[in-house]
Amino acid sequence: MIRIEDYEPIVGQATVEELFLLAQHLQGKVVQNINSTAVGGGVAEILSRMIPLLKQLGVEAKWDVIKGDEKFFVTTKKFHNGLHGVPVEIGDEEYEHFLEVNRENTEELVRGDIVFVHDPQPVALIEKRDEVGKNWVWRCHIDFSNPDPAIWRFLSQFIRRYDAAVFSAPAFAQKIPVPQILIAPSIDPLSDKNKEMPEETINSVFARFGIDRSRPVVTQISRFDYLKDPLGVIKAYKLAKARVDMQLVLAGGGATDDPEGPMIMERVKEEADKDRDIFVLFLPPASDMEINALQRGSTIILQKSLKEGFGLTVAEALWKAKPTIAGAVGGIPLQITHKHSGILTHSIEGTAHWIKQLVSAPEYAARLGANGKEHIRNNFLITRHIRDYLLLFISLFHDGDVVSL
Amino acid sequence: MSDFHFYTKLDQTVLLGIKARNVRELLEGIKEVSDSSIYYHTHRFLLQHHYLSPEPPNDFAYWVSYALGHAALGEQLWSVDIVEFPSIAELRQKFVEILEGHVASTERHIDCPQDQEFHFMASKTFVFSTHYVVHDLTEFVGILGKISINSLYYHMFDAKLRLKHGENDFSRWFRSLGKTELADKSRQLDPYSYTLEGLRRYIIVLVRKYDSH
Repeated sequence: MIRIEDYEPIVGQATVEELFLLAQHLQGKVVQNINSTAVGGGVAEILSRMIPLLKQLGVEAKWDVIKGDEKFFVTTKKFHNGLHGVPVEIGDEEYEHFLEVNRENTEELVRGDIVFVHDPQPVALIEKRDEVGKNWVWRCHIDFSNPDPAIWRFLSQFIRRYDAAVFSAPAFAQKIPVPQILIAPSIDPLSDKNKEMPEETINSVFARFGIDRSRPVVTQISRFDYLKDPLGVIKAYKLAKARVDMQLVLAGGGATDDPEGPMIMERVKEEADKDRDIFVLFLPPASDMEINALQRGSTIILQKSLKEGFGLTVAEALWKAKPTIAGAVGGIPLQITHKHSGILTHSIEGTAHWIKQLVSAPEYAARLGANGKEHIRNNFLITRHIRDYLLLFISLFHDGDVVSL
Repeated sequence: MSDFHFYTKLDQTVLLGIKARNVRELLEGIKEVSDSSIYYHTHRFLLQHHYLSPEPPNDFAYWVSYALGHAALGEQLWSVDIVEFPSIAELRQKFVEILEGHVASTERHIDCPQDQEFHFMASKTFVFSTHYVVHDLTEFVGILGKISINSLYYHMFDAKLRLKHGENDFSRWFRSLGKTELADKSRQLDPYSYTLEGLRRYIIVLVRKYDSH
């Protein structure tokens, strides 16, 4: 089991000490996390890592999962798609069933001084608020920059009854009469995807895929999805390669619910077949070790997204001190300050230009990577995420801009 | 002789749901938001990017330069010397003057690209005591090397806004010990000209020098 003290060599003793000091102010308070799945997905992953650490800090953290039938989850999947801008139709009966499932769950679940509800699925548990009378926080983990108006109208009637709402990026803030808190997601430096690994392991992964580490390697790790722009990445690579020798690695999951996905995958494969220096790797879900090695062994990491929720692959790359070139979209500008801790681009040509520059100027590239790593250390590791959650819970009991604890 | 008790502070970031697409909207926002928002946008860079460079960038300058691509106005905002202003109200007024001057001098107001709007945020600050209490300068140096940068920030930066005459918590304590020259030197220090780790090292060197006197 990972101990909170294991993070001291990474973030410093003083940072961990501050977590213990903060946690003292939550003594006697039960924090009840509620979401809709115990395994799979980003929310379950972060809760399974965070709950044990909160307990070690002395916080009585609990985690419950709501139960729902297939019809319920079909509706909440529609919410998810609609909130991401995909056109969906949801009938009155589906909304009513959604509420019914929330009401059924309310009987069994709700207890705790702070009820911390994650994502839209359990949002209507707040209907119980008047009976329970405790502190309620809604945590939105998804891109909320342009929600479907009908779904937003439905959800907002519940969200506005909470004591606070938490979003992952500034652009997700809404006009609601509830305090809105910014808490960015995080990566865990001790997870398989991010922990240190021996050079031999990196070499063996590269050898397995036939990638030559003695030549520059430019890598993008992401789903084969239109919004991650893999074809734009190939174009940028070709423009840059006219001047500088390099290989390109496109690695990620093959499954996608993007209707244009299969066409894009076909095109990527076609392009790769024409160029022996392009490696297209379809990685199965349990490939954290391979992703870690590919990121660590690459010369430059790309994340040329056209749209992005938060883009934690950028944090993963920067944590490995990799010079990173990424699209200036979603949460990426929070992670990269242009020309300080990485490069932000807006076009294929701009991306090609910076690939060329960074391959040709390794000292400058290394400085960007080193700064990027420090930025992630200070702002996007799980310890900062825990700190923000502790502050969030404490803030429910204190008004004002400055609070003396 | 009094003891020095180290405190620390942590900030929660509050989203205000107010955004700007151009200089005119930025100006309106700066006039409208609370002091804690002006504080956030002029100080958070120091804590989040403290390893990068000693220059004191503020979010307004960064956004005008990079999202609007307005180098000249960006430079004007960039050069606002935060340490010069004893209060957030006066600091706000300085930004208002610069932006009003710009708005009056031009008819053109370019909008930023989509998704690059300026989002106004604010800080909610939590102050709490650490376990560290020191009784003399030798102990002070030992602990200063250990405390978090948040604690250093609280005693050097926040103190300047809390205390008058440019005093910070360290200089005030040094003065109470009768170390007037050390107190004056610490008070005159422009903390915005250092990275936080650089500032920590500088104060340690300074105090060691006077501790041996």
